[in-house]
Amino acid sequence: MNSEDEASPKIDARTRSPIGVSILRREDIALTTGRGRFIEDIDRAHQAHALIVRSPYAHARILSIDTSEAMACPGVIEVLTWRDLAEDGIGPLVDENHVRGRGGERSVNTGHPLLAKDRVMFSGDPVALIVAERLSDALDAAECVLVDYEELPVVVDASAARESDAPCLWPQAPGNLALDWEAGDPEATQEAFAKAAHRTSLRIVNNRVIAAPMENRGVIAEFDESRGRYTIFTPTQGAGALLESIARSLGVGSASIHIITDDVGGAFGIKIRSYPEHVLIAWAAKRCARPVKWIAQRTESFISDGQGRDHLTFAELALDREGRFLAVRTRTLSNIGAYTTAESPTIPTVGGVRCLTGVYRIPAWHARTEVIFTNTVPVHAYRGAGKPEYNHVIERLVDAAARETGHDPADLRRRNVVRPEDMPFSTGTGIEFDSGEFATNMDDALLLADREGFDRRRRQAHRRGRLRGFGFALFQEPDGFLDNRVSLVFQPNGDLRISLTGQGAGHGHATTFAQVAGDRLGIPIESVHVLQGDSDLIGPGQGTGGSRTATVAAMGVTLAAQAIIERGKRIAARALSAPEEEIHFSDGVFTAIGTNRSIALPDVVYASFKADTLPDSNEIGLQATSHYHAKKYNYPCGCHVCEVEIDPQTGELEIVRYSAVNDHGVAINPMLVEGQVHGGIAQGLGQALFENVVYDPDSGQILSGSFMDYTLPRADDLPSFRFRRNCVPARTNPLGVKGVGESGCTAACPTVINAIVDALAPFKVEHIDMPVTPERLWKACAPARAGAGPSAISSKERA
Amino acid sequence: MSIDISLDLNGDAVSATVEERTLLASLLRDRFRLTGTHIGCDTSQCGACVVHVDGRSVKSCAMLAVQVDGCEVRTIEGLASDGVLHPMQQAFQDHHGLQCGFCTPGMIMSALDLVRHHPQPDEATVRRWLEGNLCRCTGYHNIVKAIIAGAKEMQKEMQKADRPDPTAAID
Repeated sequence: MNSEDEASPKIDARTRSPIGVSILRREDIALTTGRGRFIEDIDRAHQAHALIVRSPYAHARILSIDTSEAMACPGVIEVLTWRDLAEDGIGPLVDENHVRGRGGERSVNTGHPLLAKDRVMFSGDPVALIVAERLSDALDAAECVLVDYEELPVVVDASAARESDAPCLWPQAPGNLALDWEAGDPEATQEAFAKAAHRTSLRIVNNRVIAAPMENRGVIAEFDESRGRYTIFTPTQGAGALLESIARSLGVGSASIHIITDDVGGAFGIKIRSYPEHVLIAWAAKRCARPVKWIAQRTESFISDGQGRDHLTFAELALDREGRFLAVRTRTLSNIGAYTTAESPTIPTVGGVRCLTGVYRIPAWHARTEVIFTNTVPVHAYRGAGKPEYNHVIERLVDAAARETGHDPADLRRRNVVRPEDMPFSTGTGIEFDSGEFATNMDDALLLADREGFDRRRRQAHRRGRLRGFGFALFQEPDGFLDNRVSLVFQPNGDLRISLTGQGAGHGHATTFAQVAGDRLGIPIESVHVLQGDSDLIGPGQGTGGSRTATVAAMGVTLAAQAIIERGKRIAARALSAPEEEIHFSDGVFTAIGTNRSIALPDVVYASFKADTLPDSNEIGLQATSHYHAKKYNYPCGCHVCEVEIDPQTGELEIVRYSAVNDHGVAINPMLVEGQVHGGIAQGLGQALFENVVYDPDSGQILSGSFMDYTLPRADDLPSFRFRRNCVPARTNPLGVKGVGESGCTAACPTVINAIVDALAPFKVEHIDMPVTPERLWKACAPARAGAGPSAISSKERA
Repeated sequence: MSIDISLDLNGDAVSATVEERTLLASLLRDRFRLTGTHIGCDTSQCGACVVHVDGRSVKSCAMLAVQVDGCEVRTIEGLASDGVLHPMQQAFQDHHGLQCGFCTPGMIMSALDLVRHHPQPDEATVRRWLEGNLCRCTGYHNIVKAIIAGAKEMQKEMQKADRPDPTAAID
């Protein structure tokens, strides 16, 4: 079945339990007792171990590969190269992207070779695959694979890749341009800028980061010769979402692939697609006629997991004399690494630019983006995938504009936000706001953060020789698009089995969707079992990503439950000897209207398995499958507020307060919603203050390739968060649900940067780029150390 | 060369023959199939592998198996008894102190060593103590809450059982 959003019946989800209740997670018993099943915990009988030999060079020609010495090492079963792939007809990994450029041209799709043939494109590019009895054997043999490389010139930075003397990485992409894209109305925008009373311009770096889920990637594959089928165990964001691309590379139909995902130790976007290792390990398992296990080491994850962000944006905002926004424009250079992935050309273009106008009424806009190849690890979707980048751009612009024009930043925002009475409101960027109280979120957040008392706290900080800043940002993001397929199947004992194409990786799906089904069908959630992660059970379909699953899977459960109730009414009608149209269903009970005759759902389930009680004998049991495809987004929104203190002598920064007011519509499980926001904030603060993937510009080597060099936020880097939820139900789905997964990191970056710039404002700092490391801050604080220090500012203020 | 070792593992006397280079984490995971001890990095940064050796928390990826010969080793699997969660495990569930759960065993084992040193820790103490444990999902907010609450529960249980102060043994 498919739904038309508007035509679906309205459901007042808030009045009925168990939607809206913070039920404890059923996932937690296994996970807190050490009985989770992560990929490394799985072993198959008679398995061999695989290791991937990766390129140490960021760009080089391969002159020869000699595997003979490695083959002779103890315990080695196979040493495989591109030659073996070619012999077996195993293709590259191709996840095509269909975004079109300014002239209607398609973005360049490189595909990703599984093992490099004559050229390596980034440090970490796979070159050979070793299969051995033990991992230690494979490690020893890796030392003996002799690859003769001839180094080629390297480019790792997007701006440098556009220079005329830069090496051209792909002949089909002159100037290293994968895509030259634009949208909006350049003439109207130019006109607005020409007549503007004020123009604010910023150059904004959105630094490259890694997702760093605590569980590394891994693949265990086996091939069943008699059935001609591959079974692939691997952590994903939806087992069904990988079927097609893996099958295509292996040269088989997707029915020949069985993907199993058990517990997933974090994903954040980068486990949504296939990687070369999925295909390589499956292929190796067939060649060796044994199960083969590959687990990435953390160092390997740094050079093979999809990376995130990496934009350089020149952004401008035009305002009239009264502070009304007239136009916004951007020119972005997006560094997508050495190969295109399914998402990388979308993120800085059609994906992210939807958020360019933020929560504001801006009549004219124009965005131009160059999507650029470099000798770096390919970019994948990472939590937000474009939404954080462009929310950051607009919220930085607005804050800078307020500072430059002397407006209070809250007043300036209030003057320009889309108001509830404007809705439905189309921004022109692909967003149509249906609901949301942006100014109310801001007022509530400023109250929660005690903006009133800030001046006093700032003066106190100045007396202690510390700079203190207060900053905030509004956000919105389009969530809940695309689809999930959901099946509800009652078992004869009355238990309900739900299968989802979405996949939890810490989200609590097994709890959340049991709540929805329990609510819709009036059955105890203990009798509901949620299955995910087995492609034979769930079939192909969208996985979890883009903050969509709460919306599309909850709607899927709802629609399938409605179908079950309709069929249940026919069975109940027979049992109650009443006409079908006089059967009413409520709270798990079918009642014949106007009588005291009723039958509970579990009894109807039981009857549905007995042929003689069925209204039609050709369908046994009670089940339904729905395929909810959202036609419209929903828009989680809110306002985050941050207060920082900076020691100008050392550049040390402390986040002293962090407050958030978020609107996620109807929360199915508020505790889990809040948890998602906390985690997102931490990742946003991580990007803003600590995290940075750094490549050496000359060699292309990653300089931040371990947790020793790449700073993930730790517990003592972060504060506790003050959180409040405003609830304005989404109008674009009958449950009123809005997305949540990406919101925290969308809001956190501009929030903390605005606070830091506020702290540094006395020294005329207009902008500071992420990550704001102590070194960067210490440099920015030079005027403070030169005498115009915090106490000096404070005494000036008192005077 | 292989070496024979014996240890007390979650209350059971066990022995194993190990190579010199075998890490404690590998011994627990590969030899004894105690896969709750996770390996999340290769530089001893993440703390997903924290276990207790003679009551003290250690990163089992940074200790050799031969070093625990004659020791008491306790892993996450040794906490719950008779199907009842340890108060600290229960607190992690009650306060949503885990999402993906990969870092959780290490967090809980670290937390228990914290409580041994600071029976009633405040937020700053908990945050400082967790410097050796990374979590990428929760932003630590609920982990900190869970540990403070878990410590309180442990105190209550201790008082109920009228057992001596657990910190008394610490010098």
